[in-house]
Amino acid sequence: MDAIYYDLATALPEIFVLCMAMFILLLDLFLKPNNRFLIHVLAQFTLIGAAFITISTYTPSVSYAFNNMFVDDPFSDVIKVMMYLSTFTMLVYTRSYIKLRGMFRGEFYALVLFALLGMMIMVSGQHFLTLYMGLELLSLSLYALVALDRDNPRATEAAIKYFVLGALASGMLLYGMSMFYGVTGSLNISDVTQALLVGVPSHAVMVLGLVFVVAGLAFKLGAVPFQMWIPDVYHGSPTAVTIFIGTVTKLAAFAFVIRLLIQGLFVLAGDWQGMLIIMAVLSIAIGNITAIAQTNIKRMLAYSTISHIGFLLYGLMSASMNGYISSTFYIVSYTMMTLAGFGVILLLSRHGFEAENLSDLKGLNQRSPWYAFLMLIVMFSMAGVPPTLGFYAKFTVLQAALQAGFVWLVVYAVLMAAIGAFYYLRVVKLMYFDDVEDKSPIVAPFSMRLVLSINALALLVVGLMPQPLMNICAYAISRSLQ
Amino acid sequence: MTDLPILSLAIWVPILAGIAVLFTGGDKHAHIARWVALAGSIVAFLVTVPLYTGFDFSYGGFQFQELIEWIPAFNIHYHLGADGIAVPLILLTSFTTIIVVIAGWEVIQKRVAQYMAAFLIMSGLMIGVFSSLDAILYYVFWEAMLIPMFLVIGIWGGPNRVYATIKFFLYTLLGSLLMLVAFIYLFHQSGSFEVIDYYQMPLAMNEQILIFLAFFMAFAVKVPMWPVHTWLPDAHVEAPTGGSVVLAAIALKLGGYSFLRFAMPIAPDASAYLSGFMITLSLIAVVYIALVALVQQDMKKLIAYSSISHMGFVTLGFFVFNQLALDGAIVQMISHGFISSAMFLSVGVLYDRMHSRQIADYGGVANKMPKFAAFAVLFAMANSGLPGTSGFVGEFMVILGALQANFWYAFLASTTLIFGAAYTLWMVKRVFYGEVANHHVAELTDINKREFFILALLAVLVLGFGLYPQPITELTNATVNQLLMHLSQSKLPIGL
Repeated sequence: MDAIYYDLATALPEIFVLCMAMFILLLDLFLKPNNRFLIHVLAQFTLIGAAFITISTYTPSVSYAFNNMFVDDPFSDVIKVMMYLSTFTMLVYTRSYIKLRGMFRGEFYALVLFALLGMMIMVSGQHFLTLYMGLELLSLSLYALVALDRDNPRATEAAIKYFVLGALASGMLLYGMSMFYGVTGSLNISDVTQALLVGVPSHAVMVLGLVFVVAGLAFKLGAVPFQMWIPDVYHGSPTAVTIFIGTVTKLAAFAFVIRLLIQGLFVLAGDWQGMLIIMAVLSIAIGNITAIAQTNIKRMLAYSTISHIGFLLYGLMSASMNGYISSTFYIVSYTMMTLAGFGVILLLSRHGFEAENLSDLKGLNQRSPWYAFLMLIVMFSMAGVPPTLGFYAKFTVLQAALQAGFVWLVVYAVLMAAIGAFYYLRVVKLMYFDDVEDKSPIVAPFSMRLVLSINALALLVVGLMPQPLMNICAYAISRSLQ
Repeated sequence: MTDLPILSLAIWVPILAGIAVLFTGGDKHAHIARWVALAGSIVAFLVTVPLYTGFDFSYGGFQFQELIEWIPAFNIHYHLGADGIAVPLILLTSFTTIIVVIAGWEVIQKRVAQYMAAFLIMSGLMIGVFSSLDAILYYVFWEAMLIPMFLVIGIWGGPNRVYATIKFFLYTLLGSLLMLVAFIYLFHQSGSFEVIDYYQMPLAMNEQILIFLAFFMAFAVKVPMWPVHTWLPDAHVEAPTGGSVVLAAIALKLGGYSFLRFAMPIAPDASAYLSGFMITLSLIAVVYIALVALVQQDMKKLIAYSSISHMGFVTLGFFVFNQLALDGAIVQMISHGFISSAMFLSVGVLYDRMHSRQIADYGGVANKMPKFAAFAVLFAMANSGLPGTSGFVGEFMVILGALQANFWYAFLASTTLIFGAAYTLWMVKRVFYGEVANHHVAELTDINKREFFILALLAVLVLGFGLYPQPITELTNATVNQLLMHLSQSKLPIGL
């Protein structure tokens, strides 16, 4: 009996989110349309509650549950808290956007919470099947979210593309996992690691499985050559969903990679390192160069994401503690920057108008110097110009790669970063140097103005004082990966 | 010496003043913004004065040091300190900021608060560059300084400003990123980002050469040296007067200063090995760019090319490795700061009235603006290196120093006394003398009190340092001695 209590206590945040998501789904049926605000409040309460549970039950040790299928370690706690925070911020940003587009319904919130639950399971999965279950829960919720704006043909198209390619990637992942099972006789990550350490009968089959798993992971992250879906899905989805896909799910995908490759298959590091190098090199080039040609800001940010994933892989491919810590720092920084970037886009959208072309940002400095300044911080942060957070993110992954001996790959990365700076500068140019075309005032609820300001200023403040965040990332990784 | 953190004050007072200016609001309150900016820049200048008065002239190392832990994860410190090379440049920076604020007083009518704030913040960041003793701190200031400059050229610049400012930003960024790689490499070798630790670190020749080249990419762009100078004429032509002044007077010195602070002491053997290459590039800048300046139709472009040519003297002075030339190069940096400011301000005076920078649109200006013409001719003389002006001192010292190294270096360098005089005086002749060229010129009014004040101030300094350059050489002497001593010792690991 005690074992069950222990198991349930370990997964308490997940259980809480699950109950609340179902409760919201049910409650929505009985609410009048003008009381929908309650749903929003409840969803926010869920996130705060989950954060409270995660933090209050925090222990610096690693605890396993459900027959070692589930793990609660500092890494999962840090990533989960970051997820709650990002989802909270995203819900604040999207409230008026979805209200104006008829998506302010219980389903939106329930799906977001289910997706969050899936991601939490991905972060804590210690077994191939747990991980896969989390991934599928996330993916299915996302497919539905993308298509939530039913009458929009572009959203439907994006959802179908996402679904077909996503299913393919999941299939590859499963296929790879099945090979691991065939060789090691277990689906449990710790057992697979043990088997690898002792020695497996067929290294070749493991590597073949690894290729499939890496391909599946690369798809979820959006690394070249598995990046094709990213621009279309970013572009086609309602911006309220794009911000979710672009931020929180990337955290989950990163945690997924840490669990599978770093924790489970570190013995095969020599094999996956080469694959990650190729993907990193290609992602940085294709992401940065293609972004220059974009006129749609969502597509531009999609390609920018691809290049960021390339930098993220620079940390992972170093295959060192230093590298993993750097990558964790990078993904957290990336999430903060992207949230603020999409936040500004959501801010500029209003009834019947989607701010999605670069030209919609023209003359923002004349319309509102404050929001132009916030976007300026976001853009320079993404370009990696100090004193913003983005600089330290790039700095940490590059120093990790350099320490691992990839001197010329680092030189290549900085050259690409300089190319990439161009399209971020172009956004600044539009906001500050061009004359305003669209003079309509910017209307947004107070909560959104406040959270957006905090979010963007955090990029500057954490940029000036990056040590606490670095410490948290270092602590989470070094405590969880032994 | 006082206990006040003078360098921190020198950095943060202008930055905070700049933020304060931003909060004065829109152009309805432009008047307040101007006065707050002026007060801020004067206070910011006053806090740098103790750097001179409290300076220990006999000590060649870093003074006014401040050391606080910043990012322990990477052993990064907030470490400030200034030596005899940094102090004059810091004073030049804080002084130039006052000039820029006054020069933009009524010329800038659009988004005044942002304009003034950009210059104040930039001033603080540039002082940060001159006083950082931690590589990452230095890098943060170095890059952050690009953001306000990017905005200044882009918002208040001329018709082709977007092209110019993006070119400026990307050129500089590309070079600096390679420098960052060099810093990270040095960090992994030494476990520290302390510049002083790098000085002591033995490095093999091939490492030194790669590190030197990475630094070279960053600093040569900034100086700018031929052939990576092409961003400068564009940026100068499009920038508003204040932007041009800061670019020429200070931003270019960041590159020169950084050669002395990083590239040469960290990789002394590579510096000696590549000195022929560096001297060649410098001489090309001195001679070839001077010839390019000769054929310019646009006054700002002409002064921009003249700046590149004069900065060629600075890098030449660095790489002949003797006391006279190095002292001369530093004097040349300071003096060029005054002269180029004055030249750009003079063009600004004309441009504000005529909205043209083309030499051909002018003629006979002296008839209508006698007071202004007197100043302009003085600055032109200084620019061409007339004895008695500060322009002469630096050039003469560098030429003498070069003569000790090689006759032909000195010979080629001294052609500038001919070419420099040719392009500057020819421009003066065409703009100021002769008959009044057209009715626009006929309508010109002479300079007002504000313009008179700043030009007179600069004229006093140009003549003052020309007749008595002692204050600068006094400051730099001990540091230059120590630097040359350091450069003469090989850092190659023994036994390799």
